[in-house]
Amino acid sequence: MKEFTERVLQKARDLGATYADVRIVRGASESISIKNGKVDALASSTDYGFGVRVIADGAWGFASSFTVTNEEGERVAAEAVRIAEASARLKKQDVKLAPVDPAEGRFESEWKIDPFEVPLEEKIGLLLDADKVMRQRPEIKIAESSMESWRTDETFASTDGSYIEQAKIESGGGIAATAIEGGEMQRRSYPQLGGDHAARGYEYVERWDLPGHAEQTAKEAAELLKAPQCPSDVRDLVLEGSMLALQVHESCGHPIELDRVFGTEASYAGTSFLTTDKLGRFRYGSDKVNIVADATIPGGLGTFAYDDEGVPAQRVDIVKEGIFSGYLSSRETAAKIGWPRSGGAMRADGWNRIPLIRMTNINLLPGDWTFDEIIKDTKNGIYAAMVTSWSIDDKRLNFQFGTEIAWEIENGSLGRMFRNPTYTGITYEFWRSCDAISGRGGEWHLWGVPNCGKGEPGQGAHVGHGVAPSRFRNVRIGVMESPSGESEG
Amino acid sequence: MSDKNGKLLGQDRLSEVLKRALSVSKADQTQVSVGIGQSSLTRFAGSVIHQNVSERNAGVAVRAIIGKKIGFATGNSIEEGEVRRTVEKAVELATHAEDNPDFVSLPEPKPIPLAPQTFFERTAELSPEDRALSVEKLVKIAAKEGAEAAGSFSVGYQEHAVASSLGIMAYNSRTRSHLTTVMTADTGFGYANRLAADVAKIPVEEVAQEAAERAAKSRNPISIEPGEYDVVLTPYCVEELVSFLSWTGFSALAVQEGRSFMAGKLGQKVCGENITIWDDGFDPRGNVDPFDAEGVPKQRVDLIVNGVAKTVVYDSFTAKKEGKESTGHSTGGSGTHGPFAWNMFLAPGNATVDEMIASTERGLLVTRFNYTNIIHPLLTVFTGMTRDGTFLIERGKVTKPVKNLRFTESVLEALSNVEMVGKELSLQGAATVPALKVKNFRFTGVTEF
Repeated sequence: MKEFTERVLQKARDLGATYADVRIVRGASESISIKNGKVDALASSTDYGFGVRVIADGAWGFASSFTVTNEEGERVAAEAVRIAEASARLKKQDVKLAPVDPAEGRFESEWKIDPFEVPLEEKIGLLLDADKVMRQRPEIKIAESSMESWRTDETFASTDGSYIEQAKIESGGGIAATAIEGGEMQRRSYPQLGGDHAARGYEYVERWDLPGHAEQTAKEAAELLKAPQCPSDVRDLVLEGSMLALQVHESCGHPIELDRVFGTEASYAGTSFLTTDKLGRFRYGSDKVNIVADATIPGGLGTFAYDDEGVPAQRVDIVKEGIFSGYLSSRETAAKIGWPRSGGAMRADGWNRIPLIRMTNINLLPGDWTFDEIIKDTKNGIYAAMVTSWSIDDKRLNFQFGTEIAWEIENGSLGRMFRNPTYTGITYEFWRSCDAISGRGGEWHLWGVPNCGKGEPGQGAHVGHGVAPSRFRNVRIGVMESPSGESEG
Repeated sequence: MSDKNGKLLGQDRLSEVLKRALSVSKADQTQVSVGIGQSSLTRFAGSVIHQNVSERNAGVAVRAIIGKKIGFATGNSIEEGEVRRTVEKAVELATHAEDNPDFVSLPEPKPIPLAPQTFFERTAELSPEDRALSVEKLVKIAAKEGAEAAGSFSVGYQEHAVASSLGIMAYNSRTRSHLTTVMTADTGFGYANRLAADVAKIPVEEVAQEAAERAAKSRNPISIEPGEYDVVLTPYCVEELVSFLSWTGFSALAVQEGRSFMAGKLGQKVCGENITIWDDGFDPRGNVDPFDAEGVPKQRVDLIVNGVAKTVVYDSFTAKKEGKESTGHSTGGSGTHGPFAWNMFLAPGNATVDEMIASTERGLLVTRFNYTNIIHPLLTVFTGMTRDGTFLIERGKVTKPVKNLRFTESVLEALSNVEMVGKELSLQGAATVPALKVKNFRFTGVTEF
């Protein structure tokens, strides 16, 4: 492969590129989904190709192809340079990159059981077991169970002298039960919406014991049909882990992407309220709130050895005792903001996409409470679990989330169940109202989010969020007390 | 067979790939599809080009059936050995699968009517320099209004073929082009967006002017209280309403599973009489697409007629379950998603946007929705923000820009409260739609810009 990368980089240099990198990516995936006792999908996918990114005439160009041959490599390198020269028609200044030390080596993520080696019958059997238990409840009209496995092998080489090979295996799965009756429909998922995934092997699917949680999942979905609507009120809100993971994702992970801050995502996902004048000054949350971007933590979907610009993985402070303290950055944005080094957050979705600033593992550090202590300490609140709907404005300020389920908290104990819970707020007001973070009781978990979208053309990213259930004071809940049509139900 | 100036491999070459793939399959029934093409996208922000990319890729998808067991595999090479491996993988998966008792058969071949033109050579040949020139034109118009432009200009071509062991052999080639921009003028934002198969139908100056004027006019927005407002919704917003209905309810699978708002409502009134929605893959005003992922020709499907729920779209799997014929709306893939309507039309009325504004005592003109999401699919309740140009209408005139608001509303309720329907149609995403004036649209929150 080194001969191929050398030829491609040399061709780019010969045509006037001042920088070039090439990535060759081979991807494989397998997904199994069971619906109502039937194998709904049994799918395998492979994908192979390379992409060449260059700076020529002070501007960016990128071209890619699924045909990995020396001849095509040189054609694509030339196309990338031509595209960069076209980009240069509309530039204000030349692209500058923060320096990086050249690196060489081969790195693999950690796994115990290769999910691609586990017999299909065993994997299908595990999902069918969970499916069967969920369907014992007559109210459950849709029972779904699924698992996914990914393997990615990537080679990165650049004119800076780096040659890095990385291999990663990711696995996970989950179940969902949907109860439908009399115009009402309610779903419960486990361990979270769409399942939970990690940079681990098949052992990560087994650890969740999907069949063992099927009964409770189905029971709650059925009970929600008869549960009262979540009241419209202002109350203390305790968020379950996977819901809080999405809250971190939307209201912290996206606004700290430095490319968004500089406006380069303005036409699509939007910009950010966390402008550079706020760095090191702005009170993002209460002094209990500490958030890091950590690409080094073992097993995270946002964990790697080097990012897709050849920058080593790092742990970066984002919020320190409530003060906004850092961004996710790239070589270009680091140079622009005047930092000596990139924070190493550039990742591409396969060979045919350019790297963009993506979340790594954005983790809310554990606090000194236990979950039970938080509930005991709450007089009048709700405990809301598992995201079902998420929406936030294009600067990441006004958000509204819907959750699958909530329980009333009255005088320190969990009470009746509510259906269709929603809550809404303004990002910094919400995080400033955070007064209790659990973790002392072992509640902290690194959740996987394998479907983070960004960029044009669209890219998906696998990212992680480590969190433990936490409490937020005086939050507006139940945005629609009685949604239209409620009376029909 | 024309190869469209060497850009395409052509029908004969792709048919060969498919026939060879079918010949190596040991399954009872096999379906193979192949797509191959090039796409390029020039992205700009702060009025400079900051990303500029191109991709040549292929996709091969194989569905293999043994008895009632189904396996599905994909790859991205059309090289003989790789295609054979993809077929073998699908067969291997089918061997190990469990029966799917709902499966009857892959679809039988049907003649595919001649479609309007979908391949435009000038679009396939558009160069990076051509794209840069268009962006330059757009940026200059933005500058005249004191605005900076962000956005993207993309073009691409693809040829696509589907074959099955039951005798289906379908082929089509197509181009597409898309220009989208968000312009910023201090505290003002403006948006414009156009899609077309033929890049000559993308009016660069008009797009630039539309976004720039919106951005200039939305400077220094005022804050208003949330609540119910009469709204004038551009086609950008209306497409989201119609797409929401398609995602949650226009699929036969969603009806069969009871999760569609159409389930149990066929023949009943679900929204206002002035609302008619259909899907038509042969209408050149929309996304022309003569056949689906199974090679079945697209039928025109009347989804909602004068406010009454009529029918939904089918693929072969959902159709055979009900003893019906597929309407040609398979999305292919591994089978989990069911059929999907994405060539929809909302019937035009006879109003202009100016007339809608003139008839509004107090209301809002909304350019675009942001980050919409489903809250309750059966009640068709969704939420989202306004974005890139929201304006107050007072006594029949647009008076001031306002800060963005959050809405939480039922789509079918909104479509029951439509007072005026626009006469001009615009292709946006999955639907070709007019502007609408809707009474009492529910806003539940505000933001700071």
